[in-house]
Amino acid sequence: MKGLRRFLPGNSWLAVYALLYVAFLYLPIIFLPIFSINTSATPKFPLSGFTLQWYEDLPNTPALLDAAWNSLIVGVSAAVLSTTLGILAARAITRYRFPGRRPINALIMAPLVLPEVIVAISMLLVMLQLGLSLSLFTVVLGHILVCIPYSMTVLISGFEGFDRSLEEASADLGESAFGTFRRVTLPMVAPAIISSLLVSFTISLDEFIIAFFLTGTEATLPVYIWGQLRFASKLPGVLALGTLLLIASFLLMTIAEILRRRAARRTQNEGGLYA
Amino acid sequence: MTVAAEGSPALSRSRARRNALLQSESVQGFALISPTFLYALILLVLPILVVIAHSFWTQHYLTIDRTFTLENYRIALTEPIYRDLLWRSLYISLTVSFFTVILAYPIAFFISFHGGRHKGLWLFLITIPFWTSYLLRVMSWKVILGYNGVLNSGLMGLGIIDEPSTALLYNTSAVIITLTHAWAAFAILPIFVSLEKVDRTLIEAAKDLGDGPLRSFLRVTLPLSAPGVISAILIVMIPTVGDYVTPRLVGGKDGVMIANAIQAQFGKAANWPLGAALSVTTMFIVTLMAGATVFVIRSAARLAR
Repeated sequence: MKGLRRFLPGNSWLAVYALLYVAFLYLPIIFLPIFSINTSATPKFPLSGFTLQWYEDLPNTPALLDAAWNSLIVGVSAAVLSTTLGILAARAITRYRFPGRRPINALIMAPLVLPEVIVAISMLLVMLQLGLSLSLFTVVLGHILVCIPYSMTVLISGFEGFDRSLEEASADLGESAFGTFRRVTLPMVAPAIISSLLVSFTISLDEFIIAFFLTGTEATLPVYIWGQLRFASKLPGVLALGTLLLIASFLLMTIAEILRRRAARRTQNEGGLYA
Repeated sequence: MTVAAEGSPALSRSRARRNALLQSESVQGFALISPTFLYALILLVLPILVVIAHSFWTQHYLTIDRTFTLENYRIALTEPIYRDLLWRSLYISLTVSFFTVILAYPIAFFISFHGGRHKGLWLFLITIPFWTSYLLRVMSWKVILGYNGVLNSGLMGLGIIDEPSTALLYNTSAVIITLTHAWAAFAILPIFVSLEKVDRTLIEAAKDLGDGPLRSFLRVTLPLSAPGVISAILIVMIPTVGDYVTPRLVGGKDGVMIANAIQAQFGKAANWPLGAALSVTTMFIVTLMAGATVFVIRSAARLAR
């Protein structure tokens, strides 16, 4: 009983477990950078020596540069469009009560829990039937769909607790609906919007399945990586590229998280002050 | 008094105004959400309906015969190869959800009850690895578990094994390990959210009434966190059934799952209707399993209380 009591109310044992678990979560990720600066082409211990050769080769690979450019185009388009659609929906959900609010919200969030392959293949089927040729455009269409739920999560957390009386005050003082939105609402929720843009860009940058099925001849970065995985000799290059993507995702997500928190704090605090 | 008030013109006018306001609120809300709603309808619901339709058709080379048939479902459910793939996908996804949730619960519990001011930091630390490419994470597991991999060279360096083991990679266990890792954060977050909602005074009350920490955990905290456990299981189970990348990269011959077969029907084999029937069967079975899980856990939580 004494042992159990020590374990259950948490503290030391749970803390040790938590640390081990976090180490497990980071385990696969730390090997990417380690082997990307190793001289040997096969990733194994002991390390054979330090080199930056794999990184130096990256800018000399035209197919990779094309893929990076494609990913950038797709990512920016998907981020802007999914955030736009996300703003409309998140605003509707947090500000208005209307019939069908919950089922519609559930449908918009559904791509989060559907098997991605099935989503990708059904979109592929429809696009082929409509005679749309596969291109970056079809990838963007797919990415918007999977990014919206993430945009919504960030935006709803930023819009919630928004103090309506601020908007009412602005309307009472003679601002138009659009003027109120631009001069009162927008500045308050701007961090959440930027956070949503960064989150959906990251999702799109890393997304593979949809891009794999819906892309024509123009590969995005993950699709390019998938193609390279067939060749063992290309692995170090992939690891180097993977490390760069890892750093990019990490930076973008950290900024996004800081902004999301700022947005949530801003709306709630202001609401609390003026309520 | 009330009757008289209801008849008063001032009040009925204010009620009319309120109704009009409510109505305009409904219209505005619906109008605002409709672009996103339409997008989901056109790019998600419509495509899935098209897949369902295809599953009842037949394909002759490049033309689709639109006569209704259940033949594709017969093949999907009785051909040994598809039946085995379906079973294996279900087995893998159930095992993965089980391990993911069992491993995630203590973490969520720790953060919620002992995280203190660092709750946000812990959650952020846990989600960071999941914002990196899924493809790269799976590939890393290949680097760890492979013949020349980290684990093998590490074990050999320690003198535990003499030659690299081939048993680590390209099998069902490799798929299970990789997926359990890949979905960890998605299990921790919902459980954490439900633990945060557990009223701490109820636990105090249980303790005051003589329950020990274990009993109060089993009878108060655990049942009250059941909704989080349910969503964690669903959020892991549903997508893992249809996973494509992990079986292809670390699964080998014995780790292939149903999504790989579905893809083959839409790709090389060019039999869309069969691929569609396999997709619909998968979605249907997953829905059944999800329903069963929700039912079992809800009943268990009710019994425990």
